Amino acid sequence: MKSSKRIIEKIIEGGLKLSGATTSIIILLIIIFLFKEGSGLFQSPSVENGYALYLNSKNTVNDLDVSEIKHIFDADITNWNEVGGADQEISVFRFDDIFEIYSDEELGEHYSLLPEKLGEIINENPNIIAYLPKAFAPSNVEGVKVLPEKTISFSDFFGGKEWMPTATPSPMFGVLPLILGTLLVSFVAILIALPLGLGVAIYLSELAGETTRKFMKPTIELLAGIPSVVYGFFGLVVLVPIVQETLNLSVGETAFTGSLLLAIMALPTIITIAEDALRNTPSAMREASLALGATHWQTIYKVVIPYSASGISAAVVLGVGRAIGETMAVLMVTGNAAVMPHTLFEPVRTIPASIAAELGEAPAGGAHYQSLFLLGCILFLITMVISVTAESLSKKQPNKGV
Amino acid sequence: MSKKLNQKIAFTSFRILGILVVGILFWILGFIVYNGISVISWEFLTTGPTDGMTKGGVFPAIVGTLLLVIGSMAFAFPLGVMSAIYSSEYAGNGWFVKLTRVMTNNLASIPSIVFGLFGMVLFVNKLGFGDSILAGSLTLGLLALPLVIRTTEEALKAVPNSYRTGSLALGASKLQTIKRVVLPTAFPNITTGLILSIGRVSGETAPILFTVAAYFLPKLPSSIFDQVMALPYHLYVVATSGTDIEASRPIAYGTALILIVIVLIINLMATFLRLKLEKKNKQK
Repeated sequence: MKSSKRIIEKIIEGGLKLSGATTSIIILLIIIFLFKEGSGLFQSPSVENGYALYLNSKNTVNDLDVSEIKHIFDADITNWNEVGGADQEISVFRFDDIFEIYSDEELGEHYSLLPEKLGEIINENPNIIAYLPKAFAPSNVEGVKVLPEKTISFSDFFGGKEWMPTATPSPMFGVLPLILGTLLVSFVAILIALPLGLGVAIYLSELAGETTRKFMKPTIELLAGIPSVVYGFFGLVVLVPIVQETLNLSVGETAFTGSLLLAIMALPTIITIAEDALRNTPSAMREASLALGATHWQTIYKVVIPYSASGISAAVVLGVGRAIGETMAVLMVTGNAAVMPHTLFEPVRTIPASIAAELGEAPAGGAHYQSLFLLGCILFLITMVISVTAESLSKKQPNKGV
Repeated sequence: MSKKLNQKIAFTSFRILGILVVGILFWILGFIVYNGISVISWEFLTTGPTDGMTKGGVFPAIVGTLLLVIGSMAFAFPLGVMSAIYSSEYAGNGWFVKLTRVMTNNLASIPSIVFGLFGMVLFVNKLGFGDSILAGSLTLGLLALPLVIRTTEEALKAVPNSYRTGSLALGASKLQTIKRVVLPTAFPNITTGLILSIGRVSGETAPILFTVAAYFLPKLPSSIFDQVMALPYHLYVVATSGTDIEASRPIAYGTALILIVIVLIINLMATFLRLKLEKKNKQK
């Protein structure tokens, strides 16, 4: 009897231990899956899968990088000498163009003559660059050469300044505008929220009476509890027009609007943690300062604030973390233009907003899809660093019993 | 004299900041309530959207959010409580518990959109649940897990050690002590954690974007493998990408008001429970 009971207890204990490990397992799974999907990007071809670029074999150009290809097809580069070739005008040929030259009958049954005709066109035109599906491509035809296939490189992704994941033939996965947009919006938000939040924290911990505290604490918790999509909606119908009118801008959906909204959203985090830190200052230190003739305010800014500095910086770091990861509110008010931000008063796009806005349209397993997972990895790493930093900062605060 | 003046200026500005923050909250609440209250009607709460989501109600979205809350809590609550029991009652202070605590903190700091990505790969694609209530609930459950663990751990820590030693001295086993003494004592505090998690889960949008949320689905779901509409996603859609944004504004205000009311109720309940508990503790 007794031993069977003990066995049951052991089993339950084992179950409890297993559930104790859940969070670690989940983090591990997140890392595995996110990085597995994301790292696939660097094996993806830099032009669309199943397509390749073909040149006339007399052309001296043998290699083009992603942004050169893009600019050629956007007609920003129009002469071969701009990419290291002869001084000849580039003639761009897309697959669909063939159907304007030949009728379906001329191309034969099941388009069997298509590769041959394409080969002729490329052979006859020394300045051509043709973007064709490999299935119909002229293979081993004289006068035609294919550009070597490349995969998307680290520098294309981390160093690229253009985010155009749906561009053809060469989608651009430059992540810099998104990273800069995220950092810009978040840091300005904290610049706004920090003085406000710190002021309120000082008020709550040093000045407010018991009744005021009893009223304000739940108020701030309520502010923290409002769903981000409601903040986003509020920002969209209230802040966006206000920003547009007072600053006389053509659009109100700017980085600054996002910062304002994020500042409001980061306030509860900053206030709560900073207040805890301020309250942890031992009363002996306050009393010593007051006994030396300092005023209450002098005590606060010469004794209490320096003493709780690490706690306050933890508050700032966690506030930044909250702002960087925020998705819906930012998505709704920043205008979502994936360009390098130059001023605060133009639309930007952040990393989380890009994921939310684009993942629905990115075909699973494609380069676009993988690039969004890589963005998720970046976001994950940033928040991990922030979380660990905040933890070590709040541990730094000297203990109460000094 | 100037010392006093400095102090006066500083303290007055802190007071003003305090009022400002409270003011911001009431501005947001007031704005939503003022614009939304006229939209709320019995019909709004009990019918589905019609006319390209410019008319009708939000009933399917309410049901969807309710199902997601139930589903995610059915997953996260038992798991979180068990995890907290292990780390506060069994594990002592070894490396395992330290690691778990760091990991729980880290999990809490991961942005919700990353949970969305993860849920999409694991639940929707790898496990083959598709866009479904099951996938959405599991994703939201992961998000709520750290919150449940933390609040439960706090609740268990608040149980005086004398209760445990007393029970053990009477010959009860450790498991019996936890079941009969520790958990009942900590129960009200654990409930607060549950309520707060419900509040968090019911307002999240990013994790359900790619795991369950449907743009428009007037039918109610018939199994856990169906998609549903959900209030937060509905608000996002109606506010940004409806067929006629101006005409669907009232719907957006109404939906926002429902979400705000949920948050208010949740917070009131949590505050009420806490006050009741404080009173009880004082009596002891």
